Amino acid sequence: MISADLNIILPEILLSGFSLLGLLVAVYTTKDKVGSLLIWLTAAVFVLLAAWIGFTGEGTRLAFNGMFIEDGFARFAKVTILLSAAAVLLMSEGYMKARGLLRFEYPMLVALSAVGMMMMVSAGDLMALYMGLELQSLALYVVASLRRDSVRSTEAGLKYFVLGALSSGLLLYGASLVYGYAGTTLFSGIIQTAQSGETSLGLLFGIVFLISGMGFKVSAVPFHMWTPDVYEGSPTPVTAFFATAPKVAAMGLFARVLHDAFGNAVADWSQIVALLSVLSMFLGAIAAIGQTNIKRLMAFSSIAHMGYALMGLAAGTALGVQAMLVYMAIYVTMNVGTFAFILLMSRDGAPVTDIASLNMYAKTNPGRALAMLVLLFSLAGVPPMLGFFGKLYVLRAAYDAGLAWLAVAGVIASVIGAYYYLRIVFYMYFGSEQADTLDRSGSSLLSGFLMASALIMVLGIINMFGVEGVAAAAAGALVN
Amino acid sequence: MDTHLLSIITFMPAFAALILAVFLRGEDAAAARNAKWLAMITTSATFLISLFVLFDFDPSNTGFQFVEESEWLLGLKYRLGVDGISVLFVMLTTFMMPLVIAASWNVEHRVKEYMIAFLLLETLMLGVFMALDLILFYLFFEAGLIPMFLIIGIWGGANRIYASFKFFLYTFLGSVLMLVAMVAMYTDAGTTCIGACDVSLLNHSFASDSFSLMGVQVIGGMQTLMFIAFFASFAVKMPMWPVHTWLPDAHVQAPTAGSVVLAAILLKMGGYGFLRFSLPMFPVGAEVLTPLILWMSAIAIVYTSLVALVQEDMKKLIAYSSVAHMGFVTMGIFAANQQGVDGAIFQMISHGFISGALFLCVGVIYDRMHTRDIDAYGGLVNRMPAYALIFMLFTMANVGLPGTSGFVGEFLTLMGTFQVNTWVAAVATTGVIFSAAYALWLYRRVVMGDLIKESLRSITDMTTRERWIFAPLVVMTLLLGVYPSLVLDIIGPSVTELVENYDIALEAASAAIQTAEVSN
Repeated sequence: MISADLNIILPEILLSGFSLLGLLVAVYTTKDKVGSLLIWLTAAVFVLLAAWIGFTGEGTRLAFNGMFIEDGFARFAKVTILLSAAAVLLMSEGYMKARGLLRFEYPMLVALSAVGMMMMVSAGDLMALYMGLELQSLALYVVASLRRDSVRSTEAGLKYFVLGALSSGLLLYGASLVYGYAGTTLFSGIIQTAQSGETSLGLLFGIVFLISGMGFKVSAVPFHMWTPDVYEGSPTPVTAFFATAPKVAAMGLFARVLHDAFGNAVADWSQIVALLSVLSMFLGAIAAIGQTNIKRLMAFSSIAHMGYALMGLAAGTALGVQAMLVYMAIYVTMNVGTFAFILLMSRDGAPVTDIASLNMYAKTNPGRALAMLVLLFSLAGVPPMLGFFGKLYVLRAAYDAGLAWLAVAGVIASVIGAYYYLRIVFYMYFGSEQADTLDRSGSSLLSGFLMASALIMVLGIINMFGVEGVAAAAAGALVN
Repeated sequence: MDTHLLSIITFMPAFAALILAVFLRGEDAAAARNAKWLAMITTSATFLISLFVLFDFDPSNTGFQFVEESEWLLGLKYRLGVDGISVLFVMLTTFMMPLVIAASWNVEHRVKEYMIAFLLLETLMLGVFMALDLILFYLFFEAGLIPMFLIIGIWGGANRIYASFKFFLYTFLGSVLMLVAMVAMYTDAGTTCIGACDVSLLNHSFASDSFSLMGVQVIGGMQTLMFIAFFASFAVKMPMWPVHTWLPDAHVQAPTAGSVVLAAILLKMGGYGFLRFSLPMFPVGAEVLTPLILWMSAIAIVYTSLVALVQEDMKKLIAYSSVAHMGFVTMGIFAANQQGVDGAIFQMISHGFISGALFLCVGVIYDRMHTRDIDAYGGLVNRMPAYALIFMLFTMANVGLPGTSGFVGEFLTLMGTFQVNTWVAAVATTGVIFSAAYALWLYRRVVMGDLIKESLRSITDMTTRERWIFAPLVVMTLLLGVYPSLVLDIIGPSVTELVENYDIALEAASAAIQTAEVSN
């Protein structure tokens, strides 16, 4: 029996083994000199695992009496997590090397946090959930303060850690309440206790605390305050990582808990999630207007985007989960491209994050500016870019579930949000000539990611590369 | 008939833009010349191909023709087609674009990007008039904002940043509510298909039972709400008073070619949307709000004409006159009878030629003097006789002088409205007088009198290129003025069908209400 269980979690075991082995080898050999090699190796392992999970997995398999669930939903999330993590790792190599940040721990910590994320989206039990969440978070706290001699970076790591610990506490408290009232930590057991309309007050409190804890991880308002500081303080490639894979994992976990454990109490949590959604959309849109640092701006942008993804979850239907998955896949692709662009922003080799420095960027770097233009309009949700279809999906899911007010709020927030994306376009294209422009040179790998991401935003509108059907199957596996 | 003619027409400009973006390198004069010529050849070829559509078009068939269809994302369809209402807008677009490119021949700043923006814009505008799927329509409708935003922002005048942001955010806000309504329609009807499909939005009648929303009684129920959402978008795009304020800013700051596209084609999308969506899909909602819209149109005609009288800037004056003329269009559409709708479509087509030509007229002297102030001119007739003649023709057409196309549209819409609401028609007619006042006064101040300004002494008359740009517009304005059947024969049957279906739907709705009352 145990061998069958182990077989199901083989990808996670292999990835853990790989990262531990990599640590050992690096410590006992040349330490940081193998950093580059390890990054490429880790990325290769991610891609291989993603291919393996994506192509071979089928059906729903349970391991360890239902503590670990391997189904279409988990596979979709895992493939998205692994591919985006691989992309971000590859993007960070040049940046880290140029700034002497390329420590061998970095790829290994990312690999460990990826194990945690895979665990999160497969969790079928409150204990498994917490284990995955903490594994992921602890690795990320360290990565955030990777630049040891920088006050900003250390502050980012510390802030992330303290607030993250607080949220873990909330989550654990909620989990204990749920356990107390349901008598089990297994989602399959909880779902039988939690029925809409007759949910006991204690269980309801448990749900609220769980949602608060998970809201912190997806940086939904009002649990968002760590996001701008951590995004700004961390080294840019780490920020790129924060903005992509962990968000998918946290959203996956969110959907997993809400549907697998509380699927019978949709009416109870739907309004809470809808509230988080509408607050995130508006705060993200309004607070980003005043930002001058592009990393902080992207922090607020990601808060707003999480609001839209939560709109899909608030619907509480299979269509809603499908919309959320499609939205997250598009969001991750856009963010990989956008952060590739931010990594390319430098003046005389030194990184720049000031938006105003983009003045007349279209004149000096027309190709990159055009790709960024596409990504910005896609982020703003303006057709015909793929980002619009992400919004269309969640709007449809929300309307379908009777949340018309949420859909209206969402589109109004998207108009406010369009303003700050347009502001970047304004600097790049409409600005006046200035003496010191940004570097024209830059790694071709980063340019490649930027261009590929922009191309996907345009070409994806033809058939979305089949993601739609896979997401529908994944959502069907989660919501019956 | 399985043909891809419409797709070819739609995507040919975009394809040329792609070629320009990928293959054209360099910033020198040769590259600029190549970009201009490629744009010119593409837009002209698009026009020639679109002539096939016009010749093969069968006006007596009121359904959609040249339909092509394939599956798309989300259960949506990629579906294009034209009927009597849309075919002439397609023709207007393909007709105007070569002229627009020719009028931009003097652009020196980032020529390649300029041409790419206009070519993409043409694709998107054509897509709007051909799309037979709700979301596909929205896609083209909204995407047009991007190139226009860049055109105003990059090649515009001194205050271009403000104008471009105002243009984008104003119209974007108008449209997103329409998006929610579209999602609602999709959920309700289960389809996004327009025209002959298994389930078509045109056959689906949306719920029109009144209900109360947050204490407010909504007469016409869902239909009214959806109508308002669509109205928010189309009214901004038209633009109708009081949401017209983005237009003067956008026009003044946009380069000449941008103003021409905006006035001649982009403004027509709102009117087209009313005819394609609002009237046939939400007849009850339309009927509920018709009195309001008719009065808004009448106010627009009178108010914006008065505002036009006091303008110091030529482009701003013509922009306000556009708003006034669009007032006739909305009035005609919501009169919802044969003459009214016929007149509205005719007015839109003719306004496309006339306002486009007027902005080109401003462009001609702006290129020479680099100012649009009316006070900076005077007595141009002494140095520019050909210009004076052409400007006079289009001023008269703008006023609606019989014999020009401007007259037919105004007359038909007034006639249609008179049958529905005499008072609105009476108020609107006074607008015709005001329009004569501001247009003739503008002409007098700019062209007539003695040439006393020192700076104008060396001004030259129109070049051959400029004359050739105006030639087709002059021909069309006069031709449609003396022989309006050219347009009316094509649109007639489709309009008849539209109006009949509208009346039938309204009768059915009122019959349903009576039955409900009786059974209560």
